[in-house]
Amino acid sequence: MEIFWVLAIPLAGAGVLAFAGHRRWAGELNGAFSFATLAASAALVARVVSSGPLTAFDEQFFVDPFNVFLVALTALVAFTTALFSRPYMRIEQEHGRVSAARLRLYHAAYQLFTFTMLLSLLTNNVGILWVAMEGATLSTVLLVSLYRTPASLEAAWKYFILCGVGIAQALFGTILLYFAAEKVLGGGTTSLLWTHLYEVRGELEPTVLSLAFVFLLVGYGTKVGLVPLHNWLPDAHAEGPTPISAVLSGLLLNVALYAVVRSKVLVDGSLAANFSGALMMGFGLLSVVIAALFLSRQRDIKRMFAYSSVEHMGIITFAFGMGGAVAAFAGLLHMTVHSLTKSAIFFTVGHAAQKTGTQNMNDIRGLIEINPAIGWGLALGTLAILGVPPFGVFAAEFMILTTAMHEHSWATPFLLFALGVAFAAVFGKVQPMVFGETTAKRLPHPPALLPVFVHLALVLMLGLYIPPYLEQWYRQAAALIG
Amino acid sequence: MAPLSLQLVNLLAAVLLLIAFAMLSQRRVLSLIRLFAWQGAALAASTIVVAHSMSQPHLYVSAVMTIVLKVLFLPWFLHRLIDRLNVRWDVETLINIPATMLVGIGLAIFAFALATPISEMASTVTRSTLGIALASVLLSFLMMIVRRKAVPQVIGFLAMENGLFFAATSATYGMPLVVEMGVALDVLVGAFVFGIFFFHIRETFDSLDIRHMEKLKQD
Repeated sequence: MEIFWVLAIPLAGAGVLAFAGHRRWAGELNGAFSFATLAASAALVARVVSSGPLTAFDEQFFVDPFNVFLVALTALVAFTTALFSRPYMRIEQEHGRVSAARLRLYHAAYQLFTFTMLLSLLTNNVGILWVAMEGATLSTVLLVSLYRTPASLEAAWKYFILCGVGIAQALFGTILLYFAAEKVLGGGTTSLLWTHLYEVRGELEPTVLSLAFVFLLVGYGTKVGLVPLHNWLPDAHAEGPTPISAVLSGLLLNVALYAVVRSKVLVDGSLAANFSGALMMGFGLLSVVIAALFLSRQRDIKRMFAYSSVEHMGIITFAFGMGGAVAAFAGLLHMTVHSLTKSAIFFTVGHAAQKTGTQNMNDIRGLIEINPAIGWGLALGTLAILGVPPFGVFAAEFMILTTAMHEHSWATPFLLFALGVAFAAVFGKVQPMVFGETTAKRLPHPPALLPVFVHLALVLMLGLYIPPYLEQWYRQAAALIG
Repeated sequence: MAPLSLQLVNLLAAVLLLIAFAMLSQRRVLSLIRLFAWQGAALAASTIVVAHSMSQPHLYVSAVMTIVLKVLFLPWFLHRLIDRLNVRWDVETLINIPATMLVGIGLAIFAFALATPISEMASTVTRSTLGIALASVLLSFLMMIVRRKAVPQVIGFLAMENGLFFAATSATYGMPLVVEMGVALDVLVGAFVFGIFFFHIRETFDSLDIRHMEKLKQD
């Protein structure tokens, strides 16, 4: 029943906001729907904690330790981003960048996007997962072009076409998966259910599965932003409204990676050699190195942090590729902290860009002088994302690095090099933006900075101390994956 | 399956591939839309033949969806769009159609090579067509890459979906119905999204040529 509410609330929210999304209180309404979704997810989590994994509605939906933590994270980030988006969009409206009709589109699509994310996580059906992932692209593509500038239209078209092509590969992978499953499970709806597939994964045809995994990895990997399929990602992050950048980085990339990892677990049961793991490690490492090298060439602040997302997704993909309980644990932790930190950074970046009227990093100066909260938020968020202790990103990266040293020592120099380059590039650019002579002006509405510090506090906590129940949770999920 | 219906399915598969090649070489937008409609028709016909001879009733639903969506609605919708946008006589000067065709032939051979080991494992009688399905997916993919205008790119995208549906029918007698309906819904919503898009692009760039949209740098 909780599953029903988790999915029904954002869907209803999309319906309501499609009519009321331009009203003065639409921002509050958006926040209220997101809060209700969060409450429903919390109920779902409580249910799973007390009574274990469950399936619902004729097995069409399922919850296990792996997806329940992502559901909670998704609902949380969707809620805090809604809080941030309320003053942000109001300021954008006063600056004349969005009209009432576009605001309605924005709010409705925001809820619809949340719905597709939660549906991707909760569905037990591999085919529906595909449908929901495509739905996520369709619901955000018009948001990327919300400002209707030439650059934003170009970014949105690129996003639409590249993700559409990518996801078509994933559909082919799904067809191949069904093809392999049909012979073992017989036809019908049940043979595309994760829970049924896991039971028979040892009997599935290895040749078909390896080909299916390649297609699934390329398809969903496009949405994860793995190099060389990442081209849409920086553009879509830079040109859309900042709340959308925050949810793209914080939610979409995670959920797409979730799809990849689920497929990997399935394929590993059938293939003897670590075929899928090697592929993921390769893609992951390539993403880390290439993204780190691109970081220093960026001038647009949102673009730079988009490349940072590519880099972190590469690290997480690499971690899951290595496999094993420790690496999977670290990967899950990294998914959590990256999502929280990156969305916090985008919140501060959004307001900083509004204050200075530009996204060009050379023109943003002295944030700490005009608004200490934004300045400190950006500085701390940047330190956290760069893996400075004691933040959670450090803990996760440390575990990944030590595991890599033990098991795949050849990869460590690449990882260390990339992390070093990323640190130098990002820190060197953020430092003068935070300190230095100010250029900023006052905003017509007070920014919402509470989400920033809530996120950063959580990330700090996860770096110093992981509560026992959360640790238990990660361990169960890691056992499931690793 | 009766030899006659098997022959029919093979024939329709060949038609599908032929149309994919024809689309690759077609320069006029209107003809492209017509070809797309015919491809949908071939897909629906082959689905009906499989549904009938293998008594798979859910495939009839899939065939009806294909007819309604891809043979009737989308071509009509695209016609209306290009009427409204006034790009009816938009002729694309493609660089070197023969070269593209040669690449296409290479892709088709690659697709057959890739599909052969899987086809041998298939229990369905229509398995020989899996290679054709993969080939038409790859050809549509190629079309999206070489085209410089928004409408042909979208037609390539939709044709790719045709190829995928054909793969599903030929390898597995179709995906579960709920999935097929979901995919059809996505295609429908996608159609509206790119419809809206065309107008935005047109408003902003005064043309549907995406060459204007190469301002964003690669880095």
